[in-house]
Amino acid sequence: MELLYNIFVGPFAEMARAPDLLVQTLWEGLVSGVLYALIALGFVLIFKASGVFNFAQGIMVVFAGLTLVGLYEAGVPAFLALLITIGVMFALAVCIERAVLRPLVNQPDIILFMATFGLTYFLIGFGELVFGGNPKVMIADELYLPKGAVDLPMFGGLVSLQKIDIAAAVIASAMVAGLAVFFQKTRIGRALRAVADSHKAALSVGISLNQIWVIVWFTAGIVALATGIMWGARSDVSFALQIIALKALPVLILGGFTSVPGAIVGGLIIGIGEKLGEFYFAPAILGSALGRGVESWLAYFIALAFLLFRPQGLFGEKIIERI
Amino acid sequence: MRAPGSNAGVAAGDVLLAVENVSLRFGGVKAITDVSFDIRKGEIRAIIGPNGAGKTSMLNVINGFYHPQEGRITFKGRTRSRMRPYVAASQGIARTFQNVALFKGMTTLDNIMAGRTLKMKRGFFWQMLRHGPALAEEIEHRRQVEEIIDFLEIEHIRKVPVGRLPYGLQKRVELGRALAMEPELLLLDEPMAGMNLEEKEDMCRFILDVNNQFGTTIALIEHDMGVVMDLSDRVVVLEYGRKIADGVPDEVKRDQKVIDAYLGVAH
Repeated sequence: MELLYNIFVGPFAEMARAPDLLVQTLWEGLVSGVLYALIALGFVLIFKASGVFNFAQGIMVVFAGLTLVGLYEAGVPAFLALLITIGVMFALAVCIERAVLRPLVNQPDIILFMATFGLTYFLIGFGELVFGGNPKVMIADELYLPKGAVDLPMFGGLVSLQKIDIAAAVIASAMVAGLAVFFQKTRIGRALRAVADSHKAALSVGISLNQIWVIVWFTAGIVALATGIMWGARSDVSFALQIIALKALPVLILGGFTSVPGAIVGGLIIGIGEKLGEFYFAPAILGSALGRGVESWLAYFIALAFLLFRPQGLFGEKIIERI
Repeated sequence: MRAPGSNAGVAAGDVLLAVENVSLRFGGVKAITDVSFDIRKGEIRAIIGPNGAGKTSMLNVINGFYHPQEGRITFKGRTRSRMRPYVAASQGIARTFQNVALFKGMTTLDNIMAGRTLKMKRGFFWQMLRHGPALAEEIEHRRQVEEIIDFLEIEHIRKVPVGRLPYGLQKRVELGRALAMEPELLLLDEPMAGMNLEEKEDMCRFILDVNNQFGTTIALIEHDMGVVMDLSDRVVVLEYGRKIADGVPDEVKRDQKVIDAYLGVAH
């Protein structure tokens, strides 16, 4: 009885008692959700166009961030460094297409998946060689990213919004909207989806795999750069950041591997769910000592539940298999 | 629908595609050995032969999936030995596959629209804005795709993801996607495999209509001899990668080598 009270009544009473705290918690959940969604977006792009989970997306985030900061530290003006970094991501896409994807046309997905592992370790080694292993500070000020906080009086308390978080939310929303339209409404978007379904059929209607792959890896590189800047501005740019790639997995399982809007909704659910779980539900159920650690596993728990009941995710394409 | 290839430089009855002395090997396996034949503009050309004769390999050579070690291929007067599949597609060669290769997660409509990839010219930026010329272009392509859908009588499955369709309909959608490319040469790899009698009759009718109405040249592989003899203008017969006969159906039917190849011969 007490357990039921702790689950169904206690947390909500707590929320109602201090609404400003609730809004603050929701906002923080929203922000981390947006950041998860940014990472997940990079995965969705590659998955949609090649049916492969790109393990290297995390290291691409780090690599893009390091390139940007590294160039700035070498004396290149901030915005020029940003442009050059975009160029570097394009060059990277071309190299990946030539050296990794082209020789593996028509191979089973698992082989391409393993190839992205290889790519990950190559980029770690290459990145350390060029930029060194020390964490770097993101050049947020030089890129005119806002800093400080906005305090909104609400429900008799103050809700504090970090400006950088607002910027992250705006940029992520714009990217998602753009990519969703790109996939649904353009010739190249249709070609991308076609390539994911069948290489040989795509070739037979005149789609150039090489061109499509460069486009999609370049786009994923741009998303990685945006992610690197936003995550980097909140902590710093270091190789540890690539672990966030694993955070994208539950988001993808929830939203569906093939859905751009799914990445966003999945990110938000995971982000907000984590914060609510951490502050309200887990302490009430598990006690405060265990409950605080819920952030590290709750997302995976939710993902597991989804795998059991809706394996294609909320927005994923229906899994169709005829026998 | 505009007649595909109506503005091509090759007149009806002339050689559209010539295969000369083509040999294809995979390591030690000889898939095709020194095969030559031609396909004339406007005809239906059948490629037949027992299993493993190299028929599908031949189609793969023609549309650039395989590059033969020896020999030349001349399409519309241009000779080449190596060609990428998407270049073949852009020059007007479309095809279907033995085991249907469709974009399973996409709808019938999107699958056929994908066949028009090469015909769309507007940049993706304008397509994203859905504005002006890009919108007009999309509408025009959509109209032509709807005509193909009407032609193949698949209106009712327009919005269905093709992975859910029965096999016979999937084959029809695949034909639709190939037609959307307005090909000059259409390669059909066993278009009637696995179909029941009624579906076969439908498919025969579509193939003849495509040939008559749009003047599309067709090369097809088929195992149903009744279908082959009825449909095709000329037949080339392969066995163990070599050509053993070439001619009009009646000749080929009486050819002793062909009869031996199909029925076996006493040694």
